[in-house]
Amino acid sequence: MSAVQTSSPTPDDMRRRGPLAEVFFSLLRSRTFLVGFAIVLFWVACALFGEHFAPYDPLADDIINALAPPSSEHWFGTDQIGRDVFSRVIVGSRDILTVAPLATLLATVAGTALGLITGYFRGLVDDVVSRILEAFMAIPVVIVALLAIVALGTSKTTVIVVIGLSFAPIIARTVRSAVLAERELDYVAAAQLRHESALHTMFVEILPNVVPPILVETTVRLGYAIFAVATLSFMGFGIQPPSPDWGLSISNNYGMIGGGFWWTVLFDALAIASLVIGVNLAADGVHGALND
Amino acid sequence: MTNSAKAENALELTDLSVAYRVAGRNRAVLRNLSLTIGQGEAYGLVGESGCGKSTVALTVVRYLPRNGSITGGAISLDDQDVMKLDAEALRRARAESVSMVYQDPGKALNPSIRVGRQLTEIFELGGVSGQAATERAIAMLNRVRISDPTSVMQRYPHQLSGGMQQRVAIAMALANDPSMLILDEPTTGLDATVEAEVLDLIAQLRQELSASILFISHNLAVVSNMCDRVGVLYAGMLVEEGPTDVVFNDPRHPYTVALLRCLPRGGQRKDQGRLDTIPGFLPGIGVDIKGCAFADRCALADDRCRSELPPLYDLGGRLSRCFHHDKAQALPRATPSDVAPAPKAAAAPVLRVAGLNKTYASHGHALRAVKDVSLDLRPGETLGLVGESGSGKTTFARLLLGLVPPDAGGTIELEGKALAPRLENRSDDQIKAMQIVFQNPDSALNRSHSIRHLIGRALKRLAGLSGKALEARLNDLVRSVRLTDRHLAVKPRQLSGGLKQRVAIARAFAGDPRIVVCDEPTSALDVSVQAAILNLLADLQSKEDVSYIFISHDLAVVRYLSDKIAVLYLGRIMELGPSEDVFSGPHHPYTEALLSAVPKLDQTETARIRLDGEIPSATSPPSGCVFHTRCPRKIGPICEQQEPPLSEAQPGHSIRCHIPYTELARLQRAVATEPA
Ligand SMILES: Nc1ncnc2c1ncn2[C@@H]1O[C@H](COP(=O)(O)OP(=O)(O)O)[C@@H](O)[C@H]1O
Ligand code: SF4
Ligand code: SF4
Ligand SMILES: [Mg+2]
Repeated sequence: MSAVQTSSPTPDDMRRRGPLAEVFFSLLRSRTFLVGFAIVLFWVACALFGEHFAPYDPLADDIINALAPPSSEHWFGTDQIGRDVFSRVIVGSRDILTVAPLATLLATVAGTALGLITGYFRGLVDDVVSRILEAFMAIPVVIVALLAIVALGTSKTTVIVVIGLSFAPIIARTVRSAVLAERELDYVAAAQLRHESALHTMFVEILPNVVPPILVETTVRLGYAIFAVATLSFMGFGIQPPSPDWGLSISNNYGMIGGGFWWTVLFDALAIASLVIGVNLAADGVHGALND
Repeated sequence: MTNSAKAENALELTDLSVAYRVAGRNRAVLRNLSLTIGQGEAYGLVGESGCGKSTVALTVVRYLPRNGSITGGAISLDDQDVMKLDAEALRRARAESVSMVYQDPGKALNPSIRVGRQLTEIFELGGVSGQAATERAIAMLNRVRISDPTSVMQRYPHQLSGGMQQRVAIAMALANDPSMLILDEPTTGLDATVEAEVLDLIAQLRQELSASILFISHNLAVVSNMCDRVGVLYAGMLVEEGPTDVVFNDPRHPYTVALLRCLPRGGQRKDQGRLDTIPGFLPGIGVDIKGCAFADRCALADDRCRSELPPLYDLGGRLSRCFHHDKAQALPRATPSDVAPAPKAAAAPVLRVAGLNKTYASHGHALRAVKDVSLDLRPGETLGLVGESGSGKTTFARLLLGLVPPDAGGTIELEGKALAPRLENRSDDQIKAMQIVFQNPDSALNRSHSIRHLIGRALKRLAGLSGKALEARLNDLVRSVRLTDRHLAVKPRQLSGGLKQRVAIARAFAGDPRIVVCDEPTSALDVSVQAAILNLLADLQSKEDVSYIFISHDLAVVRYLSDKIAVLYLGRIMELGPSEDVFSGPHHPYTEALLSAVPKLDQTETARIRLDGEIPSATSPPSGCVFHTRCPRKIGPICEQQEPPLSEAQPGHSIRCHIPYTELARLQRAVATEPA
């Protein structure tokens, strides 16, 4: 028997690996996660190295070949000014894959802090902050975006701030309920009996135990963030030209569908869909791994 | 089952072997286990946790977890070979002839469905429908002595107390009139009076039902009261078996002898000696066992024991798997019994509590969780707090610690100085002087931190140590709770319950406390581990002169450790006095009922005083004496109209009852001498 094992190996004692390793191995066994992760990984590779394997410069126009249908030369056809759609789709993942994760990160950090504070202090602090967050959640993202653009001007930073702040209350809600449950456990009382500061109790005692729900919520939010970035770009509030961004391309080209030039829009739409699905599959996988 | 002639035995296990597959290898859990349970017989299975008791239960109905498999032997239920049943026949057997009740009623009840629906569903599956099913469900709840079945049917499981939930779970298990009932630790999570009620219920049902029972428990006293025969399981092998009273009064296997010695019995007290313990640990599953499985821990072991598996000796109606079964009781003690009794100076009290109250608001009603409690505690003294769950024990402890603020008016004085009601306003010296060991170490120890961090942080904050000094003190402390360096790097989940509780004790002692509150610190532990923890607490007390406030629903344990007892009911002290006086009586009628509810190992039962029904709601306590609704000794209208004062009957011994002390003495003497 190993050093630590005692009266008998309970099923817990059998799991010699740490809890995180446990989660890791169960992720590797989850087909849902692996498929989602592969899709995301594909797009991340495109974002990082896309320009090296894209057949054309995504920004180079070629008026003579404008609006060419898919062919062996231009697999996904060309757009109004003759840019290669395939190359644009490949490289178009770059901005969205910078903005959406950063927005999600901002939402996670802000949401976690708010959730810890409301869940830990409960009472008046919780009531006040929670009401404010609820009110905030009731405002549609688009309106927040408009206001932010007026205040900050359109830029990637604006998009990150807008989406980050709109999602923060949602993450805060999840974290708060996890913290409320932890708050009831005796280790929190034990910390109080050592006169630990609130900050220590929140961040050193409670936070490590609420990481799993935060992780799940973050991956789920990432999917929504991607969708939101694409939407904002489509509406012109988000990523700005000349980026080959998917949402932006759809917005520039959707007028063409009527003329039968479907390829100028379809592939960007599929790209957005596949990335959102990939992230959601991965999120499902993470959720499953943390809950069994 | 459709068998016309009843089989001779309800259950027969023959050479049963079961293994769990872990890390790619099959590891033996049950090893050639053979046992039989006759029709209508109640068979008890005992042993430390991990010895395979639950595995036996799961195997009988082939409910083993996915990684478990039967690697040999046969199971026959009413002459039917369980191993040969196909899926459909197995489902029928489970639905119709075998029922299981688990330790945790939560496992059997679905939290999101009303109790009534869950019960009627069983009948509907059996082809009874609508109104008829509802009637059957009500009848079933009546049968498990639930007084208001229609209202209980409307509730969700979490709206019922633990005892009620377990009764509902039993009702569900009995719904199909099973011929075999398997109870796996059905009362482990319940407190003494509720446990007694549930056991009474099971005993009564046994007579009505003629079901055979497999009763699994690590509580020897419970088994001794419930079962005709008992089997002692060790490392998946039967090591002793026989009629219950014979085995418990005259054990023939050193393991049984050792288990029985771990229990504080016959009013044993800490100053009369330490409890015996069982050194070492149960072998892990799957290890090769060459000789006797118990040899590592057995003081009688010789060379033959270590090399040759002892057979099950037939000792005439009983079995023992020990070469030296004839001298099993000569097993030397593992822990020296003698201790120098702690010298008790008549010092000034460390703690003085006066007029402490706590009122919670509950759905717009005032709930008096603690009412007008006054008492004091001397250095090196233990105050035992007893009472049913809901009587206010934990609230009282939390008030002392400052975790919840008391109502205005009462005072708590520590070493002569008044303590602020709230923790935040107490000084660092005051908080380190009063610490707690919680009931559940899984909740009390932060699962994200290593043991070193958990104890080190307490030393840093409470003893103000750092660097080398902290290291040195950490090592001392770890050694004084009998942990070793090897335990320091791991997380709590990697330790067993007993080791986790030692960590919690080390943490409480980090700042040289004057008072440690122990809230049910051993209720989740095996008797062997419990004995070691109780010894540890007693040792630390005599060394450090620390005082304990000890909460437990195991009265023998409270008696072992306590110098003084406070009996609580609905937040009030009903009786307060020196431990020996409170236990030996004359005592308050409530104390009397509590004591008689305890299952005892030696079957010298006196006439039982039963406590019927649940503890009344604290939001609307009964008028007059709050105990009058359940008091077996109620004397008349005065009990309903006037609350008796807590009056001193003897120096230091107070009782809250209208019956005069001398009269209580006479009444209770009469019970004690009444022929059983
Ligand atoms: N699913 C499982 N996989 C691996 N080991 C298990 C499993 N279930 C129980 N065990 C181990 O088998 C042994 C016997 O367990 P169990 O039958 O639950 O004992 P008991 O009920 O007496 O506590 C223990 O060492 C336990 O840790
Ligand atoms: S066989 Fe030997 S080791 Fe085993 S219990 Fe008997 S005396 Fe002890
Ligand atoms: S006062 Fe009356 S009801 Fe209360 S304990 Fe005494 S006899 Fe029983
Ligand atoms: Mg068990």
